[in-house]
Amino acid sequence: MGVATVFGLCGAAAVGLGLYGVIVNPQPLRKILAFNLLGSGVFLIFGVVARRGAAAGFGGDPVPQALVITGVVVAFSASALAVALLLRLFQETGRATLHADAATSAGANEADP
Amino acid sequence: MTMAMALDSGLAVVVLAVAGWTIAARGTFAAVVGFVSYGLLLTLVWVRLEAVDVALTEAAIGSGLTGALLIGAAARLRAGEASPVEGPGVVLRLEIAVLSATVAVALAIAVLLLPDPAPTLAPAAAENATATGLGNPVTNVLIAFRAMDTLLEKVVLALALVGVWSLAPDRVWGGYPGPRHRSDPHGVLAFFARLLPPLGIVVGIYILWAGADHPGGAFQGGTILAAMWLLVMMAGLTDAPPVSRRWLRLVLIVGPVVFLVVGLGGLWLGDAFLAYPAAHAKPLILTIEFAMTLTIAATLGLLLAGPPERKLS
Repeated sequence: MGVATVFGLCGAAAVGLGLYGVIVNPQPLRKILAFNLLGSGVFLIFGVVARRGAAAGFGGDPVPQALVITGVVVAFSASALAVALLLRLFQETGRATLHADAATSAGANEADP
Repeated sequence: MTMAMALDSGLAVVVLAVAGWTIAARGTFAAVVGFVSYGLLLTLVWVRLEAVDVALTEAAIGSGLTGALLIGAAARLRAGEASPVEGPGVVLRLEIAVLSATVAVALAIAVLLLPDPAPTLAPAAAENATATGLGNPVTNVLIAFRAMDTLLEKVVLALALVGVWSLAPDRVWGGYPGPRHRSDPHGVLAFFARLLPPLGIVVGIYILWAGADHPGGAFQGGTILAAMWLLVMMAGLTDAPPVSRRWLRLVLIVGPVVFLVVGLGGLWLGDAFLAYPAAHAKPLILTIEFAMTLTIAATLGLLLAGPPERKLS
């Protein structure tokens, strides 16, 4: 078992943990966090694919590495948008929850059933 | 088991332990702090995978900026945490755990069954490296071989910012983003906000410049510049610019526009869209990278600052 396999398994476990967190945690901010964890696991597996493709004097295949860099930046922009949506929801309803009944009981007209 | 192997396994265990803790921690704030440390540990993993460019990106954006974003959100949502929402029951939790474990095991099996020898584009990247005059293969891929991805990613950044801004209530449209930060003008934060930016700006530009031949590049350099800007804003030394400013809008699009113009020029002078004429490849690439760094720094900083919240006075 080489360095690639160890961190490949680590990435697979991170995806599992992130998926569990996305579904189980009721607070939206925790879901965003868990989603980032899930994403980092996917990136890690991508990095392992890159490491296994080491050739021509490079430590890894540069193509998947470049794609991961692009992916990290896109994941950040998605998170920033999600957090902005969440903060706006909190501003409007005074609560940060995805429960439809909780949102309407807080007196928000915006939260259509 | 060799020494390196033992270290790698230990690192993997610590990474997963911190990841598990961020999921299980009771308080949101604690979970976010766990996530930041997770990101920093992940940076070490990327170095072990010989991907120093990715390690820099992970440290700067994956851990640093995302951490700052989540910490800011957790602080503002603290008032709403008084009434915790019920999570799923024990049986449902167990089912979700089984589902997640199944996904993880399937991925693990896929990792173990990866083809050997692994398919790779490294020889192709090495062969064509002379075409651009850059020594860093990752920068080569980002800016030349797969330039379309990078161009579209800039557009995604701009779209995300449009999305964030459009969440502003009508009455403050065009105003200042986020709350006005204040801090003790003689305090530690204000001190560091005066001390660090000159150094940070030099480091950011150096990382951009070095990215041609060594690990680094527009993303990493741009993120450091954004971090310096955010530091000055958070210490209250300066305010974020109103989103309706013309110069700000120009800075936000200069990167993709320069990229697009050079790309279209490739149709005339080169062989295809985004193909650089071989004789001028390096100066063109550097022009694109400088413009992109400016746009990346401004966009990342404003994404973190959030939608407009205060009226133009």
